[in-house]
Amino acid sequence: MPRPPQLWGLHATPSLWAKVLLSALPFILIVSLYLYGSHRRLQENPDDKILPSVTQMAEAVNRMAFTPDKREGKYLLFSDTASSLKRLLTGVVLAAAVGLFLGLNMGIFASFRSLFLPLITFISIIPPLALLPILFITFGVDELGKVMLIFIGIFPIIARDIYCAVSEIPKEQITKALTLGASQLEVVYKVILPQIVPRLVDSVRLSLGAAWLFLIASEAIASTDGLGYRIFLMRRYLAMDIIIPYTLWITFLGFTMDWLLKKFVAWRYRWYLAAR
Amino acid sequence: MDLENLKKKNLLHLQDVYKQYGPKLILDNVDLSVAKGELCTLVGPSGCGKSTLLRLILGQEQASSGTVLVEGHDIGTPDRQRGIVYQKYSLFPHLTVLENILLGPQLELGWLERRRRKKQLRDEACYFLKRIHLEEHADKYPYELSGGMQQRVAIAQALIMKPKILLMDEPFGALDPSTRESMQLFLLELWEELKMTVFFVTHDLEEALFLGTRVLVLSQYYSDSRDQNGHPSRGAKVVADYLLAKTAQSTRVKENAEFLALMNQIRKEGFDPKFLKKVTEFNLKHPDSFQTLTPEERG
Repeated sequence: MPRPPQLWGLHATPSLWAKVLLSALPFILIVSLYLYGSHRRLQENPDDKILPSVTQMAEAVNRMAFTPDKREGKYLLFSDTASSLKRLLTGVVLAAAVGLFLGLNMGIFASFRSLFLPLITFISIIPPLALLPILFITFGVDELGKVMLIFIGIFPIIARDIYCAVSEIPKEQITKALTLGASQLEVVYKVILPQIVPRLVDSVRLSLGAAWLFLIASEAIASTDGLGYRIFLMRRYLAMDIIIPYTLWITFLGFTMDWLLKKFVAWRYRWYLAAR
Repeated sequence: MDLENLKKKNLLHLQDVYKQYGPKLILDNVDLSVAKGELCTLVGPSGCGKSTLLRLILGQEQASSGTVLVEGHDIGTPDRQRGIVYQKYSLFPHLTVLENILLGPQLELGWLERRRRKKQLRDEACYFLKRIHLEEHADKYPYELSGGMQQRVAIAQALIMKPKILLMDEPFGALDPSTRESMQLFLLELWEELKMTVFFVTHDLEEALFLGTRVLVLSQYYSDSRDQNGHPSRGAKVVADYLLAKTAQSTRVKENAEFLALMNQIRKEGFDPKFLKKVTEFNLKHPDSFQTLTPEERG
């Protein structure tokens, strides 16, 4: 019998090594291309700022992360991260709480659904960035305006996702809970809510990308600190040696959050993963 | 026996019950009275309204007209008077076997009371776990159990609340034949031990006859004097009602000649679209059965 192909085609079953190698390949390629380009440009003009070398970026990181800022004595990378994360998490937690409450009740109570679903669908279609001026005028350009942008950008997504999840729960379960003596509130908060939590985590994971987008956008437009503020400030000086590490750092933060939430679900809700 | 007496004596009483979805009449003047302790099975062709009737008794849906009483009171919406076991979705996927069984008692008690009686609750749950032979699986989630195990948990979950009546909607319908048979025996044993009232819906005639102390046949295949004005839009009625002597029996009884004869009889009465009996000539042999025919039906 001929051996099944190792790499290509429908029947290929690549070994673990092959899989790891394949996943790494595009990254290696991009990094190599960059290093080559950077090397060539710096050879021509040592003052070139567009494609800084690794050493230049390391120096920049050292300056931003491990040397106190001259003006305020702060470690800029970390103070930027702290302010950005504070905004991001406030917005996301708020959106998750409100989205959960709305989605849960819309999924169970018909009148609640009629009252809120059209409104939420309407809000979810407005491009949140188009609302930014309104939000800044209404809530000010400080923290509240930014948090509100994140909130308004993602709570409709979460609410609708939770609503879908709740409506997928068979009606039999609600009847069953009632025959076990549950009150209406107990059905919602003791029987349905605990089943929905892992879905909420998934929903938050999916909306984190959008949340970052809104955060960076609002920081770019009006802010005095934060990761988004910094990279847009540095753009004026063409300081790619700072912008690139900052972008990688943001990616790393986003990736870590996603990974932590995923692990949390796997650890805490194995029945949820098994059911899918 | 007169109607008032029947209403007072029996646990479950349905009279003149109609159920309509839009223009379609499903249940057509159904009358039914079930005594306490009866293991009542309901069979009929698919789509005849068996599950609809069960949902009316459960309170999940309301009758278009007519009365549905449990112990003389209107049934209202689903509550802990009635237990329910569905074919699937009976268990809560996010709770372990033990937690599923304990859910009812825990919902009933306040937070403090629950702590105080923790031991007692656990003992009670353990009794049921033993009864359903799942002691070793107490901490598993439903998805880790086989279909038969899941249904046993669902039964225990309902029974721990000591409902006045246990409703079962094709509970063994999704199980393979041998599991199904062992579940039937299991249910009979439980019924003998706990003397509970069961209302069991199935489309499997053999199962209905094997389990029931009383077999009800619901069907839309009958004729009455409404026939004369063309083909009427007609819903299902209880077309036959048999009293069966019952002790926990071996499954051998299913090959018994008498058993097979009754099965054939019911197959004709309930399942044959061409065999139409007049409403006044139904085989309503059970002492509790009654009919409240309208003048048009009687002719």
